[in-house]
This record gives sequence, C-alpha cells and structure tokens, in this order.
Amino acid sequence: MDWSFPPAAEEFRTEVRAFIDEHLTDDVISSTHQGTIHNWDFHKKIADRGWLGGAVPSELGGGGKSALEMAVMIEELQLAGAPIDGMGVAIVVASVVLELGNDHLKETIVPKLLSGETLISFGYTEPDSGSDVAAAQTRAVKDGEEWVINGQKMWTTMAHIADYVLLLTRTNTDVPKHKGLTFFIVPLETSGIEIQPVHTMGTERSNATFYDDVRIGDEWRIGDIDGGWEIMKAALKYERGIAGGQFPSPPLIDAFIEHAQKTERPDGSSIIDDPVVRERLVRSLIDVEVCRGFAYNTAFLASEGVMFGVEGSMTKLFASESYKKHSKWFLDMAGTEGLLYLGEEGAPVGGVIDEHFRHAPVTTIYGGTSEISRNLIAEGLLGLPRTR
Amino acid sequence: MYLRLNSDELAIQDIFRSFFESECSIERVRTSQHTGFDTEAWERLVETGAPGMCLPEHIGGGGAPLTTGAIVADLVGEFVAPLPFIEHLVASRLLASLAPDHDLIPALVSGEKIASLALQPTEDDQAKLVPGGAIADAVIACKGNDLVLASGDDSISLLRNTADLPLAHRSLNGAETIASGGAAVERFFRARSEWQALMAVALTGLGRKAVDIGVAYAKERYQFGVLIGSFQGLQHGFASAITGVEGSHFLSNRAVSALENDSDLGERLAGMAFLFASEAALDASAASLQYHGGYGFAEEYDIQLYYRRAKGWPLQFGDPGVEYQRIANLCLPSGKVA
Repeated sequence: MDWSFPPAAEEFRTEVRAFIDEHLTDDVISSTHQGTIHNWDFHKKIADRGWLGGAVPSELGGGGKSALEMAVMIEELQLAGAPIDGMGVAIVVASVVLELGNDHLKETIVPKLLSGETLISFGYTEPDSGSDVAAAQTRAVKDGEEWVINGQKMWTTMAHIADYVLLLTRTNTDVPKHKGLTFFIVPLETSGIEIQPVHTMGTERSNATFYDDVRIGDEWRIGDIDGGWEIMKAALKYERGIAGGQFPSPPLIDAFIEHAQKTERPDGSSIIDDPVVRERLVRSLIDVEVCRGFAYNTAFLASEGVMFGVEGSMTKLFASESYKKHSKWFLDMAGTEGLLYLGEEGAPVGGVIDEHFRHAPVTTIYGGTSEISRNLIAEGLLGLPRTR
Repeated sequence: MYLRLNSDELAIQDIFRSFFESECSIERVRTSQHTGFDTEAWERLVETGAPGMCLPEHIGGGGAPLTTGAIVADLVGEFVAPLPFIEHLVASRLLASLAPDHDLIPALVSGEKIASLALQPTEDDQAKLVPGGAIADAVIACKGNDLVLASGDDSISLLRNTADLPLAHRSLNGAETIASGGAAVERFFRARSEWQALMAVALTGLGRKAVDIGVAYAKERYQFGVLIGSFQGLQHGFASAITGVEGSHFLSNRAVSALENDSDLGERLAGMAFLFASEAALDASAASLQYHGGYGFAEEYDIQLYYRRAKGWPLQFGDPGVEYQRIANLCLPSGKVA
C-alpha cells in the first residue's frame, strides 16, 4: 500500500491551509451559531478560488480537481471546523444537473451555484418518509404545459437562504414506489411555497417547506418523468466524498485539549494531567486516525474510478458514531461547566463543548441513519438477506 | 496513493494463503493447543523463506519491506496460526540491526532457530511471560540500558494460558549483552513498535475471519423458522463488528507503512493501531461467538478459539491502560505544572 498523496495534492493541501488561515476567522465559525449553518462570505471565497467548479468532474466541464485533491480539501476544511454544508450541496447539484439536466437548468442554475451566488436545498424527506425516501408522497401532476405540485418536505435545511429546492415528487402511484418518482428543481420564490423554521436541539435551524398548488414549467424537471430514482442515485454518487462527515471530531478534540490544558480542578491539578482524561483523548485521537484510513480509502477508490458504496457507509457510520461518543465524553470531562451554553459566561472554550454534544446526535441520523448504514453493510459486504 | 495490494503482493498473499490452508488448518491449530506451537508447520514455513523475508539481504535475508511481512501477519491472524512469525521477525531484525555478525544470525535468517522479544519489563534477572518464550531459542530483553540475549535455557516451562500461547518466563542469568546505551534502547523500542503494528495486522485478519465464521453460521442456522442471519439484531452487530475490523485494517497497514518509511508518526500510529485492533478483534469475536448461541461456548466450535486469541495475543504486551498512557505522552501536552 502507498499512503502518500501525489505532490499536486500535497501542494493543494498547503494552499487550502493558507486559505483557511486567512479566511476561516472566529467570526466565520461563530456566525453559524445563529442557526443558519451557512456563511455566504466564506462560501463565496471558496467559489472565487474556483474550488466549487474544480470539484465538478472534468468530463462534465468542471475544473478538474482530482479526487485526491478534493479529499485533501474536504479533510482540511473539516479539521478546521469550516461550515461546508452549502458547499457540498452546490457541488452535488451542479454535477447532477451537468450530467442529467436539460439546457435550461444547465444555464440557469449551474453558473450561479458554482460562483457561490446561490444555494439549493435538498427536498427529499417528508413527514412520513425519512429513511424510506422512495415513499415520498408530494404529488406533481401535469396540467397542460405546467406541473402542479402539492405536498410537504421536512429537513429542507438552508431553504430559507436558498433560491432553489431539489424536489423529489411522486408522479405515478400505479407502479412500485421507486418507479413513480420525478425530480424538479423548483425556484423557492414560486407562488404557493411556504417555508417554516424547524428549530433543533443543536444550534442549527432547519425548515419544513409546504407546496400548495405550486405551478412550474416542464423546463424545471430534471431527468425523465417517473425516472427520479436515477437522479437520486446520481446525487448519492456525487455526494460520496464531497459531503464531508469524515472528520467531525477534531475541532471538538482541539477545543477540549485547549480547555483541559489551562483549566485546574479544585485540587489544583490540571484536567489534562488526569489519566482518565488522557486515555479518552487518546481513544478519540485513535478514532480520528481510523476515520482518516476510511476517508483516504474512499478517496483512493474515487481516484481509481470505483463507484464505492459500502465503504462510504462504513466511513459515515464509524465517524458519526465515534463523534457522538466523543461529544459525551468531553462534556463529562469538562465537568458541570461543560453544560454552559454557547457564549455563556464561564462556558469552557466559549461553550463549544455543549454545542458539539447537542449537534452530534443529528450526525448519526442525517445522510443515512446508522441503522440504514448497518443494513447496507450487512447486505452489501456480508451477504446477509435484505430485511426491508 | 494505492491502498490495495499490488500484483506482486497479491502473488505473495496467494502463496502464503495456500501455505496456511495446508499447514495451519483449524484441526492443526487444535492439535497444537497444549504447546501453542506447530513444529511441523514451522519447518514448512522455514522452507518458504518466510522467517528471514524481512531481514536485510547482506546477511542473507530476503530484503523485503515490513509491508510484505504484514501480508503474512494478516494470514497468521486469519488462520490463528500457532507460529511465532511476528516475534521471530521483529527480534531477528533487532539483532540484525545491532549485531549483524552475531553467530546466531544465519540460523535466525533461515528460521532453523527461533528468536523472540521480551515485551514485559524485566525484573530480578528474569523476563516474564515472553511471547514465544517456551519455544524461542533466543530471547532479546531490555535490562536497564542494556539489551541482552538469553539462549540455551534448559529450564523453560510453558505456562498454560487463555490463548494457548507458548508463554514462558526466561531467565536472563548469564545472558549475553549485545548492545548498550540510548541508541540501542531506542532500537528495542522500535522493535516493540514493529511487533505492535504487525500484531495489529494479525488481529485484523483474526477479526475478519471471526466475522466470517459467525456470518457463515448465521446463514445456515434456523430459529423461529427463519435463518438467524435475517434478524436485524444480528445483522447490525455483524455490521458494527466488520466496520471496526475494516478500520483496523487501514490503520494497522498505515502504521506498518509509517514504520517502513521511518515516518515520525510510526511509533504513535503503531501504538494506536495496536490498541484499536485489539478491541476491534475482540468485539468481532465476541459478537460472532454470541450469535452462535450456546454452541459458541462449546469447545467443539471454532469461534471460541478466536475469542480467546483476540484477547490473549495483544495482552502479551501488557495492560492496554498503560499503553494508552504511553501514547498519550507521545500525543498530548501536559498541564502547566509539568
């Protein structure tokens, strides 16, 4: 095995680190504490470097950053705790549109997504369909030249600052559920759309979006009528490696070490010198190295043109489950003060330990729950029978 | 970056897989339970050149990198082979680096004689519970600032143990000092890291096989009229187990590469991989044993062999809690007083 990155990727790593040093200020990081997990200014600066377009595969007309270069960028941004959710969505949707979209969508959406001017929200999940995403009930019905959409989506995160939603709808109820789906890219300013906030126990805000006789032209359809599952598969394909989630723990570990080194217990000893604390820190650092192995493996597979599946599920499962464990440990080890909220006086390292504890549970849920990941691993890798 | 075996390595893996299939079947493992060592299998291994494969060419070794040794180590774990391959490899490399002209070297290169390493701190002129101590012709131990080599001990007696290992105390009385000083001790610690990294790889092979055994059982065992492998309770346990094992696969092989390349991260990655692989292998064996139901506890079924070795092999290094603290000191700052 050769674990070294090619020189171009290592040079790019240096460039990304310099970019982070310059632009990922404390203000950028704390801006997401207001609830909106996106920072326009930082996002635009990434776009201005050409890195959003760079991430789009070159055969689709993108900037041709290699899979290993992308892996390096995503790793560095995550290690630094940068807000990259909007970046991932922009890259994924631009790639899907370029591969499978019509000319109208390519011209209207892609340039604005890749220049960092606009955002799009994923509209897959519904009140009655989460993991069973193909059971979506939001209806799209053809009426003359137009489509009329009625229904509701959950977890349309960032929709309140986005211009579009990538909307999964049902267009056929007479066929098996996967075969009656159609995707649209819907401008959120269209009449009949209502966006309501969904506040979470993490600091972040999400949204529920309601669609009441929303009328759009056929030019906003992406993919074939009833061919929505192909779009879903394409989105998942481009999401691999781009969506992040491999390194959720390092910013928390760094913050805790800073706190533990400068904080004394009532008996005058430093928290960092406690052997129990040290063992847990090492366990956390080991988990991060395990995540690194998984992440580098998926980057390697992508660089070989391999369409990986189970490998991504294992990465996501391990990274999010270990992060949730770490967030619990670090809260304990920060003592009662660890409970203090972001920005509260006396909160350790500004309250980020509490913030991570409240954020961590969503990471084992969104983007495929741990249970779905385990199902996929059991079926795909171990050949055990499908249970759903 | 290339994270699979290359074609040469795959060929080596094929050759040794055939070797272990014929010389380390589970029946042979069982026959060797009381000695922890299969003499005949070792003699066959000697014929393959494996004992000297990672020793330098100028002393007659194969000159292969540590990463090639890892291919064999993975199979040692998969077959829970009763062979001191890892101990011999790292102890011989240590002696070769300190005393390349030592009389023992030719016999260690060939594998005619077996070397091992004392992993526990020595006390009262004794190396306690030496891995392979009951069968090794030569044991290297660190005594203060000296590295000593004990051989020709006639009073060795195997101590029966959890994992059917050939453990024994070795007397260091009259042991020959082969090197002294900081650099020599550093070499000794480097050998310990190599042992950890290769053991981590072996535990990965062991854990993977433990999951395979359990999954195979779950695909043939019926309860409540259905295959037990169709229950999500089992599926999720297996999925978590194999995820840990795969994580340990990448981390342990990365540790071996780091040592091979003399990376600054080698020592800590070896320790980290070792600690992680130890838990992943035990978790995998424990899940697999559990899903066998009562049969898992029966001697007749193979999974118990894996469960006991998953715990016993790494514990030859000592309490993992102590190792966590050592790694902490490599990675973490201390408080302001220190």
